[in-house]
Amino acid sequence: MVNRSPALDTFARHWMKPLTLVGLILPFAYVVAQFALALNGLPNALGFNPAEWTHRFLGDTALRILLLTLAITPLRDLTGWSPLLRIRRRIGLAAFAYGALHILAYLWLDLLWSLPALWEDVLKRTYITFGMAAFALMLPLAFTSTNGMIRRLGALAWRRLHWLIYPIAVLGVLHHLFMVKGNQPEPLVHGAILAALLGWRVYRWLAKPKPARKREPTGDPARSGPAGV
Amino acid sequence: MEYKRNRTWSALGDEVTPEPIFRDRRRIIAAAGAAGVGLIAGAGAAHAAPTARPVPGAALKATASKYKVADPVASEEAATSYNNFYEFGTNKSDPVRYAGLMKVDPWTVTVEGECEKPGAYAVTDLVDYGKLEERIYRLRCVEAWSMVIPWVGVPMASVIDKLKPTSKAKYVAFETHLDRTSMPGVRFPVLDWPYVEGLRLDEAMNELTLMTVGLYGKALPQQNGAPLRLIVPWKYGFKSIKSVVKIRFTDTQPPTSWNLSNAREYGFYSNVNPEVDHPRWSQASERVLGGGGLSGLISRRKTDMFNGYTKQVEKLYAGMDLAKDY
Repeated sequence: MVNRSPALDTFARHWMKPLTLVGLILPFAYVVAQFALALNGLPNALGFNPAEWTHRFLGDTALRILLLTLAITPLRDLTGWSPLLRIRRRIGLAAFAYGALHILAYLWLDLLWSLPALWEDVLKRTYITFGMAAFALMLPLAFTSTNGMIRRLGALAWRRLHWLIYPIAVLGVLHHLFMVKGNQPEPLVHGAILAALLGWRVYRWLAKPKPARKREPTGDPARSGPAGV
Repeated sequence: MEYKRNRTWSALGDEVTPEPIFRDRRRIIAAAGAAGVGLIAGAGAAHAAPTARPVPGAALKATASKYKVADPVASEEAATSYNNFYEFGTNKSDPVRYAGLMKVDPWTVTVEGECEKPGAYAVTDLVDYGKLEERIYRLRCVEAWSMVIPWVGVPMASVIDKLKPTSKAKYVAFETHLDRTSMPGVRFPVLDWPYVEGLRLDEAMNELTLMTVGLYGKALPQQNGAPLRLIVPWKYGFKSIKSVVKIRFTDTQPPTSWNLSNAREYGFYSNVNPEVDHPRWSQASERVLGGGGLSGLISRRKTDMFNGYTKQVEKLYAGMDLAKDY
């Protein structure tokens, strides 16, 4: 347990959530800024293949934010600072938003809005099958991310639904791994981080003394239990 | 904190003579002396001291050729800063950032296998710098983008003629330089280094195959494969091997790096073919890169069979099923 300091309490109460939001919007702002620079003929990060740059940047961001979502619970466990759980849902939602932008960019810049072409890709190309499956599984989590939906579903059902983040993260990492040419390190690093984050949960589950009888969880499930999107 | 102070007398890293050269100094000095004698005597310089070769970026004299794609040429900056050269990293911007570390002088190309003139050659032994020509080819990358680039070189056939392959030679194998100290990308086994490529001998002898030493009228910069690379314009870009240090004539089909990495995705031939998709993406069209600003976002063209060089190369593949021999 961390020492309760008034400053930390103030931060958790007033600053943590808005600052998280700003941090989560920054990558998008960066993309917008690069396009604004390019349109004005100024030096920018887009390089000579702006479509490829945009896909990669949005995809990397989605995957990394997804991993960050999964890192919140272990961080809470390690620091004992539970206010962290209050930013978990918005981080998960940001992962969904960047995933949606990633797919929109692909639909627009590569497929010129052809949905049949997208469907053909999904069926034909394994890495796109995995990526789209991950995105499809994120949809119910995004739709149920409001307080109202938690109440309506009930805490236990909501929590179980949001365990979908585990297969989503695995599919996301596989999407990246099967996309790159050759044997590249970056997807393996993402895979190792995911393995550590999931391994932590297995370890915690194994180490926890099992209650004699199953208890219904109480309270706000978005503030306890597994990561929610 | 401990730190190293550079005294006025201390040599900076790149001023230190590399150990192999230091150990070899007597032979090098003797060879230089012998070469000098040879020059004075007016002897043929075939295996003597290499004549001076333009450094990367230096202007080259080349005559225009009939090989000229009509579409707009990519900007020189695009062609020299958006590269795949995985020995320097897998990002397109890695080669221009790191390839400058690669020493290209001196450079020796080892020729071996089924030929009458095996041995160690300088680039100037293989390429006649008095006969350079400029050819504007479209480079079609397997990643479904293309750039139109003015290359400078000599027909590969003229190089092969000098090396006199025997009647047993059916293929030519090539190998890229491998140096762990100057190539940050080879620390990770992205591919099984060194990079190797190969062509059938008749493909290598085709009029289009260019032994390339320059682009945009200048000697190749390192990121584009200095000092010597191949350009095979009807094949995907990875067949056009960079920074060649070995040429071997063989009677059997040589291994090639991408085929070893993933045989289902990359065949030995790898001819540009809009009808045969890469398993992970369509090859029917390509992004046209190298225009200014955001043009790369929208510029697309339909990919041509053999990258538009059907007339010159279709006879090479008569009777072959190109969906099978991809």
